[in-house]
Order: sequence, then C-alpha cells, then structure tokens
Amino acid sequence: MSTPTNLLFSTTDEWVKVEGNIATIGISDYAQNSLSDIVYVEFKVSPGEIVKKETISVGVESVKAAADVNTPVSGTILEVNEALVDSYADINTDPYGSAWMMKIEISNPAELNSLMDAEAYDKFCENRSH
Amino acid sequence: MFIPHTDRERAEMLAAVGVNSLEELFEAVPAKFRFPQLNLPPALSEMEAMAQMQELAQANESARELACFLGAGAYNHYVPSAVDALLRRGEFYTAYTPYQPEISQGTLQAVFEFQSLIVNLTGMDVSNASHYDGATATAEAAVLAYHHFRGKRNRIILSPGVHPHFRQTLRTYMNGYENIQITGDEPGALPFNTPDQIKSQLDLNTSLVVVGYPDFFGRLFDYTELAAACHEFGALLCIAVNPMALALFKTPADFGADIVVGEGQPLGIPLSLGGPYLGIFAVKKDLVRKIAGRLVGETVDAAGQRGYVLTLTAREQHIRRDKATSNICTNQGLLALCATIYTSLLGKSGLRKVAELCYHKAHYAAEEIGSLPGYKLVSNSPFFNEFVVQTPRPVAEINSHLLDHGILGGFDLSLEYPELTNHMLIAVTEMNSRDEIDALRDALQEVNHG
Repeated sequence: MSTPTNLLFSTTDEWVKVEGNIATIGISDYAQNSLSDIVYVEFKVSPGEIVKKETISVGVESVKAAADVNTPVSGTILEVNEALVDSYADINTDPYGSAWMMKIEISNPAELNSLMDAEAYDKFCENRSH
Repeated sequence: MFIPHTDRERAEMLAAVGVNSLEELFEAVPAKFRFPQLNLPPALSEMEAMAQMQELAQANESARELACFLGAGAYNHYVPSAVDALLRRGEFYTAYTPYQPEISQGTLQAVFEFQSLIVNLTGMDVSNASHYDGATATAEAAVLAYHHFRGKRNRIILSPGVHPHFRQTLRTYMNGYENIQITGDEPGALPFNTPDQIKSQLDLNTSLVVVGYPDFFGRLFDYTELAAACHEFGALLCIAVNPMALALFKTPADFGADIVVGEGQPLGIPLSLGGPYLGIFAVKKDLVRKIAGRLVGETVDAAGQRGYVLTLTAREQHIRRDKATSNICTNQGLLALCATIYTSLLGKSGLRKVAELCYHKAHYAAEEIGSLPGYKLVSNSPFFNEFVVQTPRPVAEINSHLLDHGILGGFDLSLEYPELTNHMLIAVTEMNSRDEIDALRDALQEVNHG
C-alpha cells in the first residue's frame, strides 16, 4: 500500500489528516502490518474531552500484540469512530480510510510541524525494518 | 529435612558473592536475632503429636455432629463422595491453572465446563474461570466498573443486604482509588431495604449498584425495574448470588444484570472452617474484555481437533500486563473443578431437587418458628433457604442453649448490624431433617420459657 501523500505521520505510527483546524487520526499501514490481525479496539477518550499531545486515546489488540494509539496533536475530541469497535478488521484492510479513529479540533497548530510527511515517514519505516 | 543444595553448590554461591562462610553471609543480622530462644515445649514423637492434635480437633464441634442451622454465606449441603474421589486424582489435583496451560488440556476442559455451567446457571453470556471467593469476586466487579467508566464515575451503591464481608472486601480493594464514594450501606441505612429505595439513590455519577439475590437476609426480589433504572442512568448492575438459588428462580440475566458475582461454596464445596471457597464472576458479552482473571476458550488445532486455550489474557499475564486493571492472575482451579463435578453429577434436575428441598424445608421451619410465642418472622418477602426471626432473648444466649441440645443455631445479626439485636438468621438445607427442624422449634420454645 503506498503511503498517502496528503497525510502527516508521527514516530509512533499515527497518521493525521488536517482539514482546516480539524485533524482526523488513524494508524498507518506499517502499524497495522506490524500488529497483524486486529481483534479488538477500545476507545479511551470520548467526544468533548480535551487531550494533550501524546495522550493514550485508543487501545488496539491483535492476535500477537497490543498497542496504544496516541493523539499526535493537542485539542478537543470531536468524534470517535465507534463503528470500529465492531468493524476492527477495517484497520487491517483500510487503515487510511474507513479505519479512521477520531477527529480532534486542533488547539496548537504548531505541533503539526513535528510530524513527518509521507516521504519522510516511508524512510523512517524503512530504516526501522533493517 | 530436605535441603536442595549440596555443600559444593553452597560453596560456589558463597564464592560468587565474595564471602567465606554462611556465618559471614548473615553477619548483617544481629547475633541475638539469628537463633532466638523460641520457648517451645520439648519435641514430641509423631505418635505423641498426632494424639495431641486429635485431642485439640475433638474440642471442635462440627456440622457433621450438630444439627446445623447456620448459613450467612456458607451452607451445609451434602457433597457426594464422587466429588472428592475425582478431585483427588493426580491429573487434577493442583490448586492452579498450570503456568503452561495449554499442555494441560484436561484441566482447561474442566475449567471450560465450569464456565459453561456458570453461564447456564446465571443466564449470563460469559463466565471467567473463578475468583478466590464471593467477596473478592464482588470487589472485582467494582474494579471493573471503575475502569469501564475510565474513572469518570466515582459512586458505588451497595445494598445493605449484600453480604457484609463482600462489602468490606470491596472497600479494601477500592482503597487505592481516588475519590471513590461507596454508599448505600452506611450505619443507619435500613438493613431490610427494598429495590425501590436503592433506585432512589441512583445518579449520573453512579458506576455500579450491587444487590444480593437472595440477599444476606435470604430475601428474593425481582430486580427487573432496578436494572432498567440503573441502565437509564448509565450505571452497571451487579447481582451477588447464591448459585443454588438459581436452580429454582429467575436468573439475574432475566432481570437485566450486567455482572453476576457469587459465592460458589454451595456447589459441592465443604464448609471447612470458612475456606477455601470459590468466587463466581459472569458478565454480559459487551463486558468480556473488561473481566479480570482467566478465561478458557474452545478452539480447534491445526488438525481440526477440538482443543482448549486460555483466551483474552493479553491484559492479565502477557503482552499488556502493564495495562492490567486487576492484580488477579489466578483462579480457584481446584474448587472450580469441585463445583463442576458436583453440578455435573447432580445435573439440571438434581440441582433443582436440592434447591427445592432447601426451599420447602426452610419454609416449613419458618412457619413452625414464626408461630412460636415470642418469635416473629421478620420479613414477608419471598425467600429461598434462609430467613430472619426476631427472638425474645439475645441470639448469643439462645445459641448457647441450642448448642446444649446439639443444635448449631442461626447467625446473630447484631454482630454485623448493631441495630438488629435479637435477630437471628436461620439457614435450612437438604441436610436438615424434619426431626432436626422440630427439635430446633422445641428448643427455641423452651428457651423462651426458660
């Protein structure tokens, strides 16, 4: 799967799509591939909550591992994708689409500067796999 | 004495830590504490020690020799010989689920059967492989509720009719959690409350409501409305059960309970001075990821053959143990097996028969005792095998009189509920013959006149 060029990425494998002051967040193809088959998703935040950058906001468990999803930016949670609790397999098949996890109203746009673009993220992943 | 290390190994270990002798190793311990005088009587031979222990044991009065009307959470049921015979087989006789569980398919299958039996009895979707006892299982329900609401709801309502030990243990478990308010059973709260009174205490900050079924006083309530009210406020309802009663009455799932906990002792586990017992813990499917402890699942191996595995244990023991919500990582494996053998042996109709005998004998006893002058049946709620009687004299006095007649009297409720002086909680099981019940009645009558 080629990495979408309209997204930003964190070093902990979350992707961020910025539209105005709204950030949509999910986990990358590299992340879902490392986890293998996802079997469980649990949201640890709910809409209305104010979160800081790197707040543990979603728990994801696969058949062989478990991981936390952090919020790559600070802000207010606008929406969480509750449907994922049942359709968790989408994280494996459509990580950049239907498997979005939450939307955040960005409170500190400067934080976006610390994220990587697709090209940098691809390199970052490539270096890790060696 | 068995000493696992050889002299050579000890010398090697001493050399490794850089000391010359054991004496030098223990130098940091002040000499006077190293071999203190223990002031023990002279050593006995095995034969002498056995005689002494037997003499001590004979000073105990056991439920086998007395007519037992004491319950209050532990019940004197008949345990068929097959239970112990199977339990003590070498293949099963271990207290724990093995650390490499999948190698012990027989044990895992037994635990799986246990879970299925508890699911059948309670009507819930999932049961875990057990907790230490009813009290710790109840406490785990509070831990679950706390994490279910991610610490955002901090009020737990306990009915005063939940076993006092369960409530105490729950409080102990919740000690380290911040801002938890445990309410409903404060001193002065009406012990004989109703589901409506619990309902009126609900608010949007309530995470959990715990009630008994039957409650500590033996009373049975239909909790359907309470469950609906809990859910209206978004709270979870936990029902603490006597599993034996479930063979006869509506299940907690019928009411809409979210969590069922209970003391499994009535299912084939002997009284044995109060333990070890068995904690029951079952939930609705949507809470399955939140339950602590162990869970056995059925699957197929690579060759398509049926097999059993520990499942959903990520949070407890394995990859996510840093995220564990409970420190429970074990279960009462042997006693869960005990309950499994007992329940399988009796079957659905056998279990119902035992429950019916308990029910009918208890109702006969209640009628006889309730009509004695000076005694009054306190509650008019339906009950299973236990009921409260108001007595003409303090319960301790009456019980000492009963003991002279070879009868172990009921529980003195003033020990747990100071306002309930002269209130006795009487339990009746299939073990109590009509003659025993009549003897209890006559002795109670006598004590009033005496």
